[in-house]
Amino acid sequence: MADCLKDKVGSVLLPGDIFSFESKEEKVICGPGLRRNGDEILVCKSGILRHKQPNMYWIDSQQKRYVPAKGESVIGIVTVKSGDVFKVDVGGSELASLSYLAFEGATKRNRPNVQVGDLVYAQFLIANKDMEPELVCMDSCGRANGMGVFGTGGLLFRVSLGLVRRLLAPQSELVKELDRAFPFEMVVGLNGRVWVKAQSTQHMLILASLLETCENMTAPQRQALFRKVAHSAP
Amino acid sequence: MEVDGLCSLALREFGCEQNLLSRPDGSASFVQGDSSVLAGVYGPAEVKISKEIYDRATMEVVIQPKVGLPGVRERAREQCVRETCEAALLSSLHPRSSLSLVLQVVHDDGSLLSCCLNAACMALMDAGLPMGCLFCGVTCAIDPEGRLITDPTARQEQNSRAVMTFAIDSAQHRVMMSSTKGSFSLDELQQCIAVSQRASEKIFHFYRESVRRRYSKTL
Repeated sequence: MADCLKDKVGSVLLPGDIFSFESKEEKVICGPGLRRNGDEILVCKSGILRHKQPNMYWIDSQQKRYVPAKGESVIGIVTVKSGDVFKVDVGGSELASLSYLAFEGATKRNRPNVQVGDLVYAQFLIANKDMEPELVCMDSCGRANGMGVFGTGGLLFRVSLGLVRRLLAPQSELVKELDRAFPFEMVVGLNGRVWVKAQSTQHMLILASLLETCENMTAPQRQALFRKVAHSAP
Repeated sequence: MEVDGLCSLALREFGCEQNLLSRPDGSASFVQGDSSVLAGVYGPAEVKISKEIYDRATMEVVIQPKVGLPGVRERAREQCVRETCEAALLSSLHPRSSLSLVLQVVHDDGSLLSCCLNAACMALMDAGLPMGCLFCGVTCAIDPEGRLITDPTARQEQNSRAVMTFAIDSAQHRVMMSSTKGSFSLDELQQCIAVSQRASEKIFHFYRESVRRRYSKTL
């Protein structure tokens, strides 16, 4: 079973592909796109099969719609302020709730300054298909740890979820290459939203269009493009 | 069932492009000969309270004709496509959400329902919605002499005695949906199903090649 899955690592699989167990001894951890169905593993998304030691498998697909998952950090837009919770749009099928007490140093007296329309960088505390997702802006120790409300300025745009994962991968080539072009700040949410801030609006727009175009490029094509931009950028 | 060598298993040239629209969550265009359909999928998105289903996603299909307003014929096709999609999708994984599929007919030159089904499947796959299996549509026509034509053009459909469209699943190559017009014998129906099942293998092979080409740059 693990062998037949291992052979397919790095190749493209389609929904409906089935791998069946030969012995019950083996343990396999199924990530996104794979489902355990009795003695079989069913592929339910199209994409590339990835593997991580010792026995984790998942499908790397390029989709645009975000589905909340526990523990993921996202960029949300505050849309409703109702009593003690904020309703935050994260791009999923329903609005996520964010308690006003879920910020660093927030107490009943000391409310955080959050307005409708603000951007927040937050993490999912609860995310499952049957319940309303819940966000928090602090980690388990009660520290902000980079999360919270965004400051003024910057530009928010959407990219595909596959590109976001490539940006967030450790030692990502893409980020290193972008870094060489010009200095900028970037916040990447796993829901496909990217916020950038650079010294001028022009730079931010260049970054946005670069990220959009480089999605379907091979590494050499991308490097050539970035080099050209770095030379011509004012 | 044995298929005799006389009937031709010739499908017209087909082509497909995924992720060609920027606004929908998944999109695809499917071309079969001169028939062409453009599909866009939105979802899982927020659902109207009146249409909410507590244990699965609400599927909605809209077919836009090339000219004019959608009528009864489009409604009938919508229902065929919707029921096929519902059977293939694992919609219990996204309860209380809506999945909407919009199919725009770009050109109709016969086998339109099968073209819609194929475009729908590619768009659902592009949107990354969880599916238990894939599906494809195959149209067969029986001409007055009793010969079988797969993937007929509009002219061939007009001259034929019966036209049948089947949706076939990729797991066991079984019939998921059938839509028939005209008169035919039981034997002819069996033969058409067998031919469609054989043709579906070709289409599924094409799906795989098409998706592989899409991901080739990120391999």
